[in-house]
Amino acid sequence: MAITEKITSTTVPTFWEGEIPVRYVYTYGIAGERFFRAVKEKGTFLATRCEDCDITFVPPKAFCDRCFEKLDDYIDVGTTGYVETFTISFRNMDGSEKRHPRILAMVRIEGTDGGLIHYLEGIDWEEIAIGMPVRAVFKPKAQRKGSIEDIVGFGPVE
Amino acid sequence: MKLEDFELGGTNLKSSDFKQGTVLTTEWEPDLKYAWDNGVAIGRYLAELKEGRIIARACHSCKRIMLPPRMFCELCFRPTDEWFYVQDTGTVNTFSIARVNWDASRRGPDEPALLPAVIEIDGASKGMGILHMLGEVEPEEIRIGMKVRAVWKKPGERTGAITDILYFKPIAPARHTPPAKASAGAKKKVKTKARSKAGAARGKR
Amino acid sequence: MGMRKVAIVGAGITKFVRRAQETGKELSWQASKMALDSCELTLDDVDMVTLGTAPDAFDGVHMKGEYLADGAGAIGKPYMRHYVGGGTGVFSPIHGWFHVASGMADICLVVAEEKMSSCHPHPQGAFLTIFDHTTEQPLKPTLIWIFALEMNRYMSTYGISKADIARVSVKNKRNALDHPSAQIAENITVQDVLDSETLCWPVNRLDISPASDGAAAIVLASERVARRLTDKPVWIDGVGFSLDTAYWGTRDLCYPRYVETAARMAYDMAGIKEPSKEIHIAEPYDPFDYKELHHLEGLMLCPRGEAARLTAEGYTARDGNLPVCPSGGALGVGNPIAATGLMKIIEIFLQLRGEAGKRQVPGTPRCGLAQAWGDLMQVGTVVVMRI
Repeated sequence: MAITEKITSTTVPTFWEGEIPVRYVYTYGIAGERFFRAVKEKGTFLATRCEDCDITFVPPKAFCDRCFEKLDDYIDVGTTGYVETFTISFRNMDGSEKRHPRILAMVRIEGTDGGLIHYLEGIDWEEIAIGMPVRAVFKPKAQRKGSIEDIVGFGPVE
Repeated sequence: MKLEDFELGGTNLKSSDFKQGTVLTTEWEPDLKYAWDNGVAIGRYLAELKEGRIIARACHSCKRIMLPPRMFCELCFRPTDEWFYVQDTGTVNTFSIARVNWDASRRGPDEPALLPAVIEIDGASKGMGILHMLGEVEPEEIRIGMKVRAVWKKPGERTGAITDILYFKPIAPARHTPPAKASAGAKKKVKTKARSKAGAARGKR
Repeated sequence: MGMRKVAIVGAGITKFVRRAQETGKELSWQASKMALDSCELTLDDVDMVTLGTAPDAFDGVHMKGEYLADGAGAIGKPYMRHYVGGGTGVFSPIHGWFHVASGMADICLVVAEEKMSSCHPHPQGAFLTIFDHTTEQPLKPTLIWIFALEMNRYMSTYGISKADIARVSVKNKRNALDHPSAQIAENITVQDVLDSETLCWPVNRLDISPASDGAAAIVLASERVARRLTDKPVWIDGVGFSLDTAYWGTRDLCYPRYVETAARMAYDMAGIKEPSKEIHIAEPYDPFDYKELHHLEGLMLCPRGEAARLTAEGYTARDGNLPVCPSGGALGVGNPIAATGLMKIIEIFLQLRGEAGKRQVPGTPRCGLAQAWGDLMQVGTVVVMRI
């Protein structure tokens, strides 16, 4: 049957290489702009709260995704939280071994229903535990650009 | 309800908001590369282009000689039946004179316009057009219905790619080409009949 | 066929802008919230949600449906995303219609969102992928080529001039002056279009709709619920959709057969025998000015090759026999792909209800149509609506 016909010559090209030449520039949106401004300028985290649904969003949302009401009251919720869950990465993206294992954690910000995914810094991976209190460590203000990378990671609370 | 009674969302930003940093942004460039398998039909198509030939596939059910070749007929939904060499000449079905590049940037004043066209290849069924470029022709001389011939890369430079054909150039001097509208339809009909007979005789496995 | 009647009962839309500060989620929420508010519903009332949005490559988000879910009001609800390129926005109500007509949902929120501005250097980089990667992309095509090739073939087949086609752009950009969402409404002349930069002959800059950010949403309801919610439900009486082959070089480029197939399906369902008499108002997809003409012919609202002449005679003007794109269309309001199609649905909804404000067409249109088209010039989506 013709459809099962095989290419027998090994000299013919059997695949075509290409890429999609795009890059992206993202705005943070109405709520995201407020959040990253506060990170950049004040080194703190902002949240929005829906009283009706009793949810506090970090990072803040411009609307409540449960009841769909607009949220525009931004509250400073500080920079401490606790480890909700974590994983320890021993490998790089290419599969090679990391010289120093990195801990990636979901950090619940204190008093909120939200949190951030970020690295834990200055904590030995053998001592890490779920529920451990942590605090955000920021880059010096002059180096902050208004991005998730303005946060070095979360470190121990002294 | 009236739209006018609502305060509509959507906050427009200006380029200057990005340049001056009045709005925060983050950037990302995906690092992805693809190796698309050619499959049987396109693999053979490319291999034949490397040899300076254009190959099609025939479906014996709908009697179409299809270009680019495919191992199944999308209309009859059955395997196609045989390989079929077609010619490297054809007719301009439509064309454009492009002053923009793929990324919407403009071509410079010294850069010639790009001349993409849909070319119906002689020997394939009527209406079987492929996308390619025109060359060795003044843009204003291009006409729909114009006869063209492939200009190939030198054998040693061909890689088995659609770009092994550099472009298609007019067979007759452009100024002798009759106006497209008057001639295109009638001319094609006659040719198609002759073409499929000649094609069937030439078809080979 | 045992299907229930489905009505549009509410609508919402954002402004269409070149670069929105809002995220796609926020745009979706703005439109969805407005749609619910417009018919005094809350998210609790919504049974199911459908979302239309065009290629993931515009956003670089490879699960765009899921990404936009919270802005579309879909958290914890049955939710589906659909995508048929530029045809998406008119497929959105069709997708929602299935949910309600089948009896699965009484109220379905239908959302369409597009944010094209994140994609650099230009959304064209993402459009590139519609061309075959092996046999076409190496020629470094741009999407405009394909329109230029089609427009040239259309002009040549019927002996239509660029000036004939430019009238569509003039009409739609002028109509858009009255649309509160409009991005590029302006009062221009045919000469302005002809004098604007030639991008890919025969296509000039003012023949083309812009890249845009924006969102739109509608609320669909079953007959029982619709009659309770409003005394002016607008019924979706016919839906149609059809796809042609991706071997686009094989097609007859001067006629959109896939639009005709989709239209016939929708007309059959709506019991329409003579579309040009029974359709009072139309919003065909007009990302390029010639496409409006092309589509009017495919929709059988104008005889083949006659749409340009009828446009010149004012037949398609807002006060003409068949008002076409009274909203201002993609050419005037803007073209955030999926949202554009739904904007057209919303325009027909408002026009049939007599609520289109300054855009209101004269008389009392009872039956309207919206259509979109997309992918590799191969999909047609059509919705027929009546009040």
